[in-house]
Amino acid sequence: MNTDASSIGAWGVLIGILAGALRGGTPFLLVSLGECLTEKSGKINLGLEGALLLGAMSAYGASYATGNPWVGVAAAALAGALHGALHAFLVSRPKVNDIAAGIAMLIFGSGLAFYLGKPFIQPSAPQLPGLPLGFWSSLPQLNAALLLSPLFLIGIAIAFLMRHVFCATRWGLQIRAVGDAPAAARALGISIHGTRTLCIIVGAALAGLGGAHLSLFYPGAWTEAISSGQGLMAVALVIFARWNPVHCLYASLLFGGAQAVGPSLQAVGISTGYYLWNASPYVLTLVVMILTCSPRRTLSGAPGALGSSS
Amino acid sequence: MNSPAISLRSAILLTLGLLTQASLLAADKVTMGFVYVGPKDDYGYNQAHSEGCAGVQKLPWVKGIEEASVPETTAVQETMRNMINLDKATLIFPTSFGYFDPHILRVAKQYPKVQFLHCGGLYTEGKHPANVGSYFGYIDEAVYVAGIVAGHTSKSGKLGFIAAKPIPQVLRNINAFAIGARSAKPGVTVQVIFTGDWSMPVKEAEAATSLINQGIDVLTCHVDSPKVILETAERRGAYVCGYHADGSKLAPKGYLTGAEWNWSTVYTQYAESVKAGKSLAAGTIPHLVRGGLKEGFVKCSPYGPAVSPAAKAAAEAAKAQFLAGDMVIFKGPLKDNTGKEILAAGAVYKQQDLALESMGWLVDGVLGSTKN
Repeated sequence: MNTDASSIGAWGVLIGILAGALRGGTPFLLVSLGECLTEKSGKINLGLEGALLLGAMSAYGASYATGNPWVGVAAAALAGALHGALHAFLVSRPKVNDIAAGIAMLIFGSGLAFYLGKPFIQPSAPQLPGLPLGFWSSLPQLNAALLLSPLFLIGIAIAFLMRHVFCATRWGLQIRAVGDAPAAARALGISIHGTRTLCIIVGAALAGLGGAHLSLFYPGAWTEAISSGQGLMAVALVIFARWNPVHCLYASLLFGGAQAVGPSLQAVGISTGYYLWNASPYVLTLVVMILTCSPRRTLSGAPGALGSSS
Repeated sequence: MNSPAISLRSAILLTLGLLTQASLLAADKVTMGFVYVGPKDDYGYNQAHSEGCAGVQKLPWVKGIEEASVPETTAVQETMRNMINLDKATLIFPTSFGYFDPHILRVAKQYPKVQFLHCGGLYTEGKHPANVGSYFGYIDEAVYVAGIVAGHTSKSGKLGFIAAKPIPQVLRNINAFAIGARSAKPGVTVQVIFTGDWSMPVKEAEAATSLINQGIDVLTCHVDSPKVILETAERRGAYVCGYHADGSKLAPKGYLTGAEWNWSTVYTQYAESVKAGKSLAAGTIPHLVRGGLKEGFVKCSPYGPAVSPAAKAAAEAAKAQFLAGDMVIFKGPLKDNTGKEILAAGAVYKQQDLALESMGWLVDGVLGSTKN
């Protein structure tokens, strides 16, 4: 084995996957939490990829313009929320299909982000500070892997908070009632339209925060290829996680780690099949979809009125 | 009720008048159209071409028009037609590799009087329309010089190369980098990571991080935009050699040097040929145009603060040899990294050798494989 202290050999693969899970999993986590909230209220928002890109662009632009990355984070949430508000308005119209509107919002959001983002491709914006949780180790590799994004920690907090809200609070029960049995919820005097609009807007704001992580923390730049479909994969991930926010956290870590497998294997010289390894998150998505689909039963945990136009 | 109709008519007449005037002006000027596959300020391939366009526009009789982020689909055909019909462009430079077949070939047949020049080198005499040409730079010469600096600077003797795809142009750069580095320090290795596509920011950041975790202290790359890699290396305190355009602003401490395109030289040559009445179809403009450091097609970035005087001297010596025209990068004895002989002792591949444009091997000292 290599005795060079600066090289960590096969451990690098493990550290790479761990770090990939922590850094690369964050956008998956925030978008899937947003989608989870949206779907719990009975609506689908496939446009979150657009909100993610819009969030990434706004965060970078605002951070560059003001010099304060936290202003960027706020701008990302606001941009996501506005994007979500438009989707909420569209799907509240009679006979508007969630899926079709979502795809339109995806294209609109990404197109707007690319158009407005042109002047921000070149400049370098101030980045979010990381939390050095690897301070106890002298290994620079571990220090880098455990430099956590503040948005990741916010995401974890939101995941547990959201589970608590769904299970144990009046608001949570209202959202679930609207998603499961809108007629019953209406009979109770709950505003279906208001609840769903709010859930879609907050959900899209979370996706915007995911974008802020991409452009202000890791990889930390604004380019048009920054998301490469992560927002769409996160939507599939919600099904994988059975609409449970805490499971969304675990699934995001898995998807984030899968992204890092290809590069970290090649770094230790295992180069066969790198296209296959690079495709692993997508393969994982497909496998999940196949395993969880059955014509004979609905999925446990799926909101009863999901995607219906009532 | 009459006045709007009159004003409409006068507006049409006015527009027609302006149009004729514009086309008269255009007749005096050489209009060159540039098409890019991505944004033109990406610190990368497209920015290098856009800087070339800005350079050629310094000539008062040249008008440059640009369109960025055009995908390699029929969209590029529309862009080319618009540039020809609306802007009266007589030279078109569709710069992305995938624009060539079938898009350029199809449009070139429809407009035989327009010159189509493609960056990357796929032109075949007899098979392709006569008004199509190709140009490219031997950027591996500048990458070789960067390799020398990297070999001198590395403390661990391990270098990293983040590449998009194992195609000949990319492999040639990886090999030139490794040969340059090993000429400076014989035991040096170059670990390669292929990300699979030209623009994969998350994967590029992962690759840079993984390489640095393995003790690699100098990185370089061949992807569309090196921005993410430069910034990641700088954050982790690694050294980095740039590619495409000068990236020293992104990594002020760790930037060593870099291989840059210098397209304004090439574009100025073409503009002058066309002004002199030359054309591809008549054979007065060559169909294949190639050049390296000597011809001014490529250049090296200024050295960064971490480059030692010894490294500078070695790099300058190699540069001087390139400028004199007596430097050969690929010379025997040369083996690939599986032990197979590429060149016997005494044999050489000169830069113009077409064998180099269909390269499918990695030289000894490169860790990685071209198979996927």
